[in-house]
Amino acid sequence: MEKHVVVIGGGVAGMEAAGHLQKSGFRVSLFEKEEKPGGHLNDWYKLFPDRRRSSEVKEYLDKITSEDGIKIITGSIIDKIVSDKNQFRISDKDGKEYSADAVIIATGFDLFKSERKEEYGYGIYDNVITSADLEKMFRSGSIELADGRIPETVGIVHCVGSRDEKVGNLYCSKLCCVTAVKQAIEIREHLPSSKVFCFYMDMRMGGAYYEELYREAQEEWGVNFIRGKVSEVSEAINNKLVIKSEDTLAGKPLKMQVDMLVLMAGMEMSEGGLKLSESSGLNKGNNRFFSPADHHFGSNKSNIKGIFYAGTCTMPMNITETISHARAAVSDVIDYLKDSKA
Amino acid sequence: MERFGFAISKGRQIDYDANSRHIAGYISEREPSFRVCIECGCCAATCTTGNFTSFSLRELHILLKRGENESVRENIKKCMLCGKCTLVCPRGVNTRNVVTLARQAFQKFPADAV
Repeated sequence: MEKHVVVIGGGVAGMEAAGHLQKSGFRVSLFEKEEKPGGHLNDWYKLFPDRRRSSEVKEYLDKITSEDGIKIITGSIIDKIVSDKNQFRISDKDGKEYSADAVIIATGFDLFKSERKEEYGYGIYDNVITSADLEKMFRSGSIELADGRIPETVGIVHCVGSRDEKVGNLYCSKLCCVTAVKQAIEIREHLPSSKVFCFYMDMRMGGAYYEELYREAQEEWGVNFIRGKVSEVSEAINNKLVIKSEDTLAGKPLKMQVDMLVLMAGMEMSEGGLKLSESSGLNKGNNRFFSPADHHFGSNKSNIKGIFYAGTCTMPMNITETISHARAAVSDVIDYLKDSKA
Repeated sequence: MERFGFAISKGRQIDYDANSRHIAGYISEREPSFRVCIECGCCAATCTTGNFTSFSLRELHILLKRGENESVRENIKKCMLCGKCTLVCPRGVNTRNVVTLARQAFQKFPADAV
C-alpha cells in the first residue's frame, strides 16, 4: 500500500519536501496555517545574493506541489502529533484527525518582534520600520515616509533580536547581514540620491557571493558602514530620528539624524513550532529551535522515530540551505519507511 | 598668571550631520578603492611609522569618512609613503594614493580641514 507522509508547514521547506516525497512515490498531505502556501516567500521582494525575484522560487515550488498525490490543506493549524505503533495521529486545532506513516515538520521561523527592542522605537516612531516592512515597500514600488515624503537618509540596524542576551537570543540569525546589504543596495537603486548607513556589530557575510555583494554595496552604491550597535533612537522636533551609537572603529561616540530607520529583525522559532514541541514531546535546544538528534549526521531526525525536521524550524537557514535540508529530510523518510514494518 | 574660572570641555562625540565630508569625497572621487576599506587594520599593522608613533592609517581612514578632519590633518603628514600598506591590503585599496590625495585635499581646502 502507498505510504502516507504528512508535512506540517507549507513554506519553502515544506513545499520542497512535499514535492520530493511525491516524486519518491509517497502520498503526501501538506498542511499550511495560512490561506495559501509559500510562507515568508510571499512577503519578500528579491532574494540575496543574486537578487532574483522571490516569486520565481515560489513558482517553482507551486509547480512541484501541484502534482497528483499531493494534497494541500490550507488554513489548518496542526497542534499535536501522537505516535502509535509506527503510525502517527495528527490533529488540528479544530480536533480534526489525520493519520500518517511518517511526519516531516517544517514549521519554519517567525521574525523577531522588533517592538521588544523598545529603545529602537518600532511601533512608537512612524519612520522606524522592519526589514519585512521594507520588502513590502519594494514590492509596492514606493519607499516613503509615513507622511508621504521620500527619505533622503536611511539607517539600517543589524542584529535586532539576534546576538542579544537582553531578548534571550544568544545566536546569530545569519541572514540579516546579507539582507541589510541587499536592501541597502535596493534603497540606493530606488532612490539614487539617498544616503544609506548600516550600523553593524560584525559583518557576517558567510555565504556564496555574500562578501562580493558587500563589496558591491561599498564600491558601486556608496553604502556607508558604521561598526557599532545603535544604543537608542529618539525623534527630533523635525520628525527626523536621532541615532546614538559608538563608532567603535573611530573609538568615539557618534550621533546622526536619519529620515528612516530599518531594523533587521532576526529569526526565532515559530510560535506554531513551539506549541507542537510542547504538545508532542519534541526536544528543543537552548535557542528554542527544534533540537535535531545529531548536529552533524542527524540534522533532520527528531527525538521521535518517524518524525523528521526540514528547514528553519531547526536553525536560521537561507533558501538554498532550506531546500537542501528538505531534500535530506525526504531521504531520511525513504530510509525510515523502507525499514519500517508498518 | 593662573587663569581661574569655568571651562566647557569639547564633546568627544562625532556629530555626523555637523561635520563636513568634503575631504573624504575628494579622495573617493579620485581613488574609488577608498570606499571598499573594511577597517581590518592590516595597513596599520605593517606600518613602520605606526610602530614608532601613534599613526594608524586605518584610524585616519575612518575619521576622514566621518568628517573628523581636524584630527587627521597633522597626523597624515607622518606617513613616509613607503607603500607597504598597499601591498598588504586585502581589499586592494590604493592606500598610498589615499594618503597623497588626503594631503592634497587638506592643502586645497584648508577650511574643510576643521
